[in-house]
Amino acid sequence: MPAKAGDRHRQGQSGPSGGKAVPPRPAKAVSKKRDEDVSTEAGEGLDEWAAAKTLVKPPDQLELTEAELKEEFTRILTANNPHAPQNIVRYSFKKRAYKPISYVDQMAIHFSLNGNMILKDSDEGRRQKIRLSTAVEKASVETSAGTSEEAEIKDEESTGDTQAAGEEETEESGTAEVAEAAEAEEPPPPRVKEQKLANQFNFIERASGTLNNPMRERACQSEPIPCKNFSTTAYQWEIYDAYVEELQKIERSKEKEKSKAQIAKREEEKKKGRKLTSLESQSDDIMKISKAAKIMERMVNQNTFDDIAQDFKYFEDASDEYRDQQGTLLPLWKFQYDKTKRLAVTAISWNPKYKDLFAVGYGSYDFMKQGQGMLLLYTMKNPSFPEYVFSSESGIMCLDFHYDHSYLVAVGFYDGNVAIYNLKKATSQPSYKSSAKSGKHTEPVWQVKWQKDDMDNNLNFFSVSSDGRIVSWTLVKNELVHTDVIKLSVEGTTVQGPEGLQLQTLGCGTSFDFHKKIDYLFLVGTEEGKIYKCSKCYSSQFLDVFEAHHMAVDSVSWNPYHLKVFISCSSDWTVKIWDHTIKTPMFIYDLNSAVGDVAWAPYSSTVFAAVTTDGKAHVFDLSINKYEALCTQLVVAKKKNKITHIQFNPVYPVVIIGDERGHVTSLKLSPNLRRMPKEKKGQEVKKGPEVEIAKLDKLLNLVREPESKAEK
Amino acid sequence: MAEVEETLKRIQAHRGVVATIVVNAEGIPIRTTLDNSTTVQYAGLLHQLTMKARSTVRDIDPQNDLTFLRIRSKKHEIMVAPDKEYLLIVIQNPCE
Repeated sequence: MPAKAGDRHRQGQSGPSGGKAVPPRPAKAVSKKRDEDVSTEAGEGLDEWAAAKTLVKPPDQLELTEAELKEEFTRILTANNPHAPQNIVRYSFKKRAYKPISYVDQMAIHFSLNGNMILKDSDEGRRQKIRLSTAVEKASVETSAGTSEEAEIKDEESTGDTQAAGEEETEESGTAEVAEAAEAEEPPPPRVKEQKLANQFNFIERASGTLNNPMRERACQSEPIPCKNFSTTAYQWEIYDAYVEELQKIERSKEKEKSKAQIAKREEEKKKGRKLTSLESQSDDIMKISKAAKIMERMVNQNTFDDIAQDFKYFEDASDEYRDQQGTLLPLWKFQYDKTKRLAVTAISWNPKYKDLFAVGYGSYDFMKQGQGMLLLYTMKNPSFPEYVFSSESGIMCLDFHYDHSYLVAVGFYDGNVAIYNLKKATSQPSYKSSAKSGKHTEPVWQVKWQKDDMDNNLNFFSVSSDGRIVSWTLVKNELVHTDVIKLSVEGTTVQGPEGLQLQTLGCGTSFDFHKKIDYLFLVGTEEGKIYKCSKCYSSQFLDVFEAHHMAVDSVSWNPYHLKVFISCSSDWTVKIWDHTIKTPMFIYDLNSAVGDVAWAPYSSTVFAAVTTDGKAHVFDLSINKYEALCTQLVVAKKKNKITHIQFNPVYPVVIIGDERGHVTSLKLSPNLRRMPKEKKGQEVKKGPEVEIAKLDKLLNLVREPESKAEK
Repeated sequence: MAEVEETLKRIQAHRGVVATIVVNAEGIPIRTTLDNSTTVQYAGLLHQLTMKARSTVRDIDPQNDLTFLRIRSKKHEIMVAPDKEYLLIVIQNPCE
């Protein structure tokens, strides 16, 4: 601006005297105002100026002399760019020195703007012309009004865009551009229909998106409900079991109702029951397998002794047909227990309920060698180990099973005691035992036999001993109470003792047997060889006396069928069969050796077996052969061993024989020994005791009549 | 308890007995005298067979029950004595 240049000049001149330059101007202005205004204002202005004449200096005013102040400086306006460097030097390789450049470009570009004008005659210009020519005619009228507005808008924009220096050149160029741009814009809009708009509006898409947070998946799962697969088949037995359980529950609830009435007793029972159950729960798991173990043991044994089991069941000696009425004994199982090796078998008895179970009593017949005793119960199903084992201090001499309560075993000891063992209880000790206080025998008890329950329903049994007493023991309130039934006084031997006492020598009872039908009647065999027929009612007198043997009577036994017949055996080598009404024996058999035991067969009234100390077993059948044994067989080794007892199995054709070494041998009777009466053609065979009795009767008649005739 | 132990010992010591296995109600062997793999095999198979046998017996007559099961093979005999909760298996060479 030229005004500015002039200002500078003036300022340069009057710079130092800036204060002086000021007053003249305002003075002029004030004078003008004087002319216009009233004298009052002028008067105030003069005062001001009067004060103003006293120079106002800025504090940092350069202090110069007046001469210096009047000095005039000349300033020249040139076209040189004051900012352009004046001393640029360039290295000249020719002169090898720095040489100042004479001419420096003085052009100062204040503003530059790239235009978008195209030369009309250039290629691009011509192309655009062609394009626009067709559209110009149409749009020229319409857009004429709009272009002026657009030009104004463009003006503002362009002024805004350019720098604040505000040079006219730029303004003009901007407007010119706008005008052309406006003109150029006119043709395109009408051509939209024909051509695709190729961003002629300088269209910029501007988009912005919100910040998308990264997605994270977070999942949560609950624990799956535990599933179990259960499947079962509804069998008939499952349904049955369920019903049974229901029944039991109902029964239990009924019992509970009943128990309210009788609390005391029930409580006791419950307590016992609880004790049992608590024991079961406490015991080891192994206990539950006891039953299975037992069965398994028997199975295993059956396998091992398979041939014996087969023999026992099925073998019938076919050669018996050719043997002409002779029979044989087939050895089956042999029962032994290592603890009884030194003991002799003193008693054998079959269990009345379980036909395969038998009890064996162990003791010693030797007076000098008395030791402990044992009671073992074997079953034929398990020959290798006994079912029950009981040990006692004194040797067992006899035993008997109770007929109804087959778990009670009455036992007589060598020391004179008697005891009852209860198989249902797990202890190895007797349940009840007599003692010296309770009236035990003073001599070994040779035989015990159960009797029917007495009037108070107490169990009772009889025992016979060498001390000459026959004692009845009754189990009264868990105690054994004894009653002397008979004292075996030897007739004619009352001795006059000192001071007028009458001493009676007592015989020694060695065996007895009770009649099966006649309750009070029983026989006693003694060591002297006599057999007394006694009655339970008479305690001092005998009904009858049989002079039976010369030596001790080892065994007496009533015939299982015939009511009158009994058999006796003795160490005097004989076996005698009697009719108790007749004093002399019916049959006498001499067996060449001391007879240990004799037993009737349960299946026939005419069959009996006897064992002798030389190890032989003799089986007789009176209906077949009255004088000789059908079978005489060596059962044990002759010289080393003696047989002590024999028993027939009530059901099976088996006998068991016990010997002195503690062994028990079982033997099967061959068919010849088991002959039943033959069936006669056309007649029904009567089977039963009557037949047997009749059979024996016949025989006896044969024997008897000649004797009676002889007597007569 | 000692009785049962003794019985089992006797069985094991008996002539011809090869092995004894006690199996519980779920077919898991509790006691055995054989090696593990064979035991497990025997236990599993025989348990199933016993269940089937028992089911058969009881299905015909629900009041009946299986007492024991014997399987005789060429080489030996397998005997199973079932109980309410346990199974006792014995393998024996029957002496012939």
